[in-house]
Amino acid sequence: MRAAYALARREVVRFLRQPSRIVGAFAPPLLAWLLLGAGFGASFRAPGGASYLGWFFPGTVVLVVLFAAIFSTISVIEDRREGFLQAVVVSPASPLSVAAGKIAGGTLLALAQGGVLLALAPLLGFAPSAAALAPALIVLALVALALTGLGLAIAWMLESTQGFHAVMNLVLIPMWFLSGSFFPAEGAPAWLRAAMAANPLTYGVASLRRALDPAAAAGPSATFSVVVTLAFALGAALAAAAVIARFPAGPDRPARPSRRKQP
Amino acid sequence: MSAPPLVEVEGLSRSYGDRLALDGVSFGVAEGELFALLGPNGGGKTTLFKLLSTLLPPSSGTFRVDGLSPARDLRGLRRRLGVVFQSPSLDRKLTVLENLLVHGAVLGLGGAPLRARAGALLERMDVADRAGDRVETLSGGLARRVEIAKALLHAPRVLLLDEPSTGLDPLARRSLRALLRELAGGGTTVLLTTHLFDEAEEAGRIGLLDRGRLVALGTPAELKRDVGGEVLVLATESDEEAVRLAAAVAAALDARAEAPAPSRRVVRLGAAVRIESPEAAALVPSLAASFAGRFRSLTLGAPSLEDVFVDRTGHSFDGDAASAPSAAGTAA
Repeated sequence: MRAAYALARREVVRFLRQPSRIVGAFAPPLLAWLLLGAGFGASFRAPGGASYLGWFFPGTVVLVVLFAAIFSTISVIEDRREGFLQAVVVSPASPLSVAAGKIAGGTLLALAQGGVLLALAPLLGFAPSAAALAPALIVLALVALALTGLGLAIAWMLESTQGFHAVMNLVLIPMWFLSGSFFPAEGAPAWLRAAMAANPLTYGVASLRRALDPAAAAGPSATFSVVVTLAFALGAALAAAAVIARFPAGPDRPARPSRRKQP
Repeated sequence: MSAPPLVEVEGLSRSYGDRLALDGVSFGVAEGELFALLGPNGGGKTTLFKLLSTLLPPSSGTFRVDGLSPARDLRGLRRRLGVVFQSPSLDRKLTVLENLLVHGAVLGLGGAPLRARAGALLERMDVADRAGDRVETLSGGLARRVEIAKALLHAPRVLLLDEPSTGLDPLARRSLRALLRELAGGGTTVLLTTHLFDEAEEAGRIGLLDRGRLVALGTPAELKRDVGGEVLVLATESDEEAVRLAAAVAAALDARAEAPAPSRRVVRLGAAVRIESPEAAALVPSLAASFAGRFRSLTLGAPSLEDVFVDRTGHSFDGDAASAPSAAGTAA
């Protein structure tokens, strides 16, 4: 427990000491929100007649959480190959406490970053009711846990950050695009609707949208959405823990293949 | 009646795919010993370090520290090991003290005892005045000392270090060596890898690794004595000249009255010809006369660890195969 707490705390301290990470986590989603929102605003008719910027807002919060989770899990790769985690891996600490620390730290950071954006909502022209805030934060915490766990499970077995970028572009970003963050499932072709229905993140976005604006009733049912989001969060965290416990040293390959001359 | 060594390595092998990086290595290290694993890059020392630090599992064979093997009691084994990696494992964004406290917590320590231990170690490593500074502001030598303090937090029986002097300036190297000797003197067994002869020279005992195999084991003095006699080196301008000169020297020596002594060897290494012989000194006048102008310099010396390496492996430390032009030499 002590190990997990110390490792989680380290994640937070590190984050706060790297201003570039703070900018990196907020700027791209906010930029996307402003540009896409402004561009689509005129032609887009959101379910329920909301403005596109307003409709797109929950998806933007989830994107901030996704970016935060990506940033905090990608560091695992460098850390384990040639950094801090090497020493942790060969210490008598249980791999599970390592997993717990990384997951808790990453989740906390992702939640805090999403939460900051939520707190900024009034400045951006939305004022979610005070009653909406608690459920929204709970949903956000689950989404943060899910995305951190997923990122960690993937990053742990990768040898290079380049590999993670590939996974990010092929899996994580498309997952967000198909989560109902960016466009609603209604009106999409059937195959796309099916992909969105199969995407667990869809239910996190739907839960968050509903928490922020109970009038936005479109999409999957409230209970089902929350249950799937909870299952996604627990499943991803368990997957990360299982991967770390099973492969405590990560991918089992030589770090520096030797180039020996033949006699 | 001697106790079993603190570190016992038995037939340790490790392959990566088809490539055998470590091939049946066995040795023992006694408590309080300063032991160096010396070898060229690619010789297997980093692989051996990774196995001993429990970062990688062996393909076959095993090792024990204080009687504990990784298969039987991994956590107990890890409690007895302090590990210093070649690439720093400090968090550069944290301060020196924070690094020690986080690692202490990972080890299950905490509270006042951890703070006291961390403070005492920083004091001992002579970095206490930098405790509040971020690691990214430290010089390489100081960071290495912090790294060692961190590895010693749980008072391990054995301190493992992978190429600890890499990236350090000469002054920092010297003080690091003094520190390691002091640790060993205090009863902590120190096991380090190195590719530097002068660093290995200071170890109590050396294991020489080449191409995954342990080719020699002993104190520096023993190993050099085994090579025997003296070593004569004729330096030439080019590899080709050295090849020709080596052949000529070998022929000349073979043609002398006495039969080729088994202990005499003529090998070419790069642009130099090396002659190992119990009576190398006696050869100087005749060689100097017979081959005047064909070499740039002639050096006579006691065998160095590099000579030990060449003697045991038949090739130079940086990978050049030695060519032996005569029957008295060694086939490369």
